[in-house]
Amino acid sequence: MSPMIYFLSGVTLASAVAAMTLRNPVHCALALVVTFTGLAGIYLGLGAQFLGLAQVVVYVGAVAILLLFVLLVTRSGEAGDGDRERDRVAERSWWGWLIALLVGAVLAVGAWSAGQLPQRAAPPELPGVRDIGEALMTDFAMPLQVVGLLLTAAMIGGAIIALREDRMRVAAEREGRR
Amino acid sequence: MFQAIDQIFVNLLRGFLGHLPEPIRPWAGLVISLGAILGTFGLLFGLTTVCERKAIARMQNRLGPNRVGPYGFLQFIADGIKSLTKEDIVPRSADKVVHFIAPLALLVPVVLTYLVLPFGRNMVVLDLDAGLLFYFAAGASTELAVFMAGWSSRNKYSLLGAMRAIAQMLSYELPFILSTIGVVMVTGSLSTVRIVEAQGPGDGWLAHWNVFTPWGFAAFFLFLIAAFAEANRSPFDLPEGESEIVAGYFLEYSGFKFALFFMAEYLGMFSSSALAVTLFLGGWTAPVSFLGFVPSWLWFFLKLGVLMALFIWVRGTTPRLRMDQLMDFAWKFMLPLALFLIPVVVLWDRVGRGWVGWVLCGPIVAAAYVWLGRALVGRRRIQLRTYRYASG
Repeated sequence: MSPMIYFLSGVTLASAVAAMTLRNPVHCALALVVTFTGLAGIYLGLGAQFLGLAQVVVYVGAVAILLLFVLLVTRSGEAGDGDRERDRVAERSWWGWLIALLVGAVLAVGAWSAGQLPQRAAPPELPGVRDIGEALMTDFAMPLQVVGLLLTAAMIGGAIIALREDRMRVAAEREGRR
Repeated sequence: MFQAIDQIFVNLLRGFLGHLPEPIRPWAGLVISLGAILGTFGLLFGLTTVCERKAIARMQNRLGPNRVGPYGFLQFIADGIKSLTKEDIVPRSADKVVHFIAPLALLVPVVLTYLVLPFGRNMVVLDLDAGLLFYFAAGASTELAVFMAGWSSRNKYSLLGAMRAIAQMLSYELPFILSTIGVVMVTGSLSTVRIVEAQGPGDGWLAHWNVFTPWGFAAFFLFLIAAFAEANRSPFDLPEGESEIVAGYFLEYSGFKFALFFMAEYLGMFSSSALAVTLFLGGWTAPVSFLGFVPSWLWFFLKLGVLMALFIWVRGTTPRLRMDQLMDFAWKFMLPLALFLIPVVVLWDRVGRGWVGWVLCGPIVAAAYVWLGRALVGRRRIQLRTYRYASG
């Protein structure tokens, strides 16, 4: 199993780098999809079946499509005035480096201190989908409801924003006709 | 004797793997099973295209293909050779890499979905605990491939087709998945194998197929309609509306790559029909116990064949929907009905799944269907349409 994990990690890292460095935004989004899929593969390789499959359903099936839709709807697609924008971003790249350094430091400390923790024996059997489902419906029922409420509120908010624009346009058209 | 025929493929594979060295056995088993699946469904794909063309020709008072082989039934071989030998054209302004990957990115997830489908007793490649989730995870990535094909072609029609296809697939994905939740709740498992076993005859003589319950009946048709839309088949074939956008997202593909798209579409149709058989029509189980001697894989392919005939029949007889009708139907009718079925399943389970359940749940489902249907149609009165130049 271990060489498979190394291979998947390599693919994930390479595609993550590609997602940040490619020039065409759609290519970046597609490279990000490969990253998501590679992560899902690592989860599956580690025996977290539910997590891996949910990763594919949510990130590849929904988030990636959303990303691509946003890209297509909000910009013209081709790299025209993108160069100037990129220069402007490049001037402030030290912010990005700083944040990356901080996040990296936190992760490094976490990884280092994880080695210091007392070793606990692995459970005899990995929790399956059934255990996750039961935990979600009993111990974590409340957080699940709260997350659901949050997502519903976000969705209604999105619908209202879209609706208001639509109504405003209709009103403006009426105004123009008068 | 009957058992030997029933298990013939399982035993063949097991016997063959016995000759191989121990460490490569699982991988060899996977490769052989995948090869068998591709061979079987590839042949089925070819035969279905011919049957479809013949059946639709009959419905339209034509003859259909009748030159190659007996009654034209070898037409698919000629078509296959033609598509293999045709020139592979890539538009000059196309995004070459994405354009090349798109057909593969469509075909591979579709083939992966076959891994969790039980084709017969003990005939499943991967018996995962989360088999159904695996199916949906593999199916979720097809939209991305459609986008890649439409976007990389640098053609307005392709992009329009891709946008139509993605909007439609996203909308119908919800009822597609939600309609299966009832089955998972009743079975208590996401494993496709468990789901089929739970629908077997058990001690009685009549099988407990999920379609023979009030909620299962409704969910089966919801699932089937969503499967039509996911497969971009008529009456949901807007993404490839010939009269509007030429051919949709695969417009700029020719030769073998076009054949790959065509094949992926049919394989996707087979796999969603096979999932419908697995979830609602009892998979490989016989409808009554005294017919249990018929091999399980034969039952499976019989049911698949019936669903295929339904797909062809609907394609030959229904006109295409309009975009607003398509969206209204998904969001205002199918989604609420699929959500409504979930509490009905709980009620069905609580009152003991018998005739009491029928008396309680049947009218509820029927009332929800009528009410949602009325709400969808609204105040519009549907009446016979009269045409100025074509009155019958």
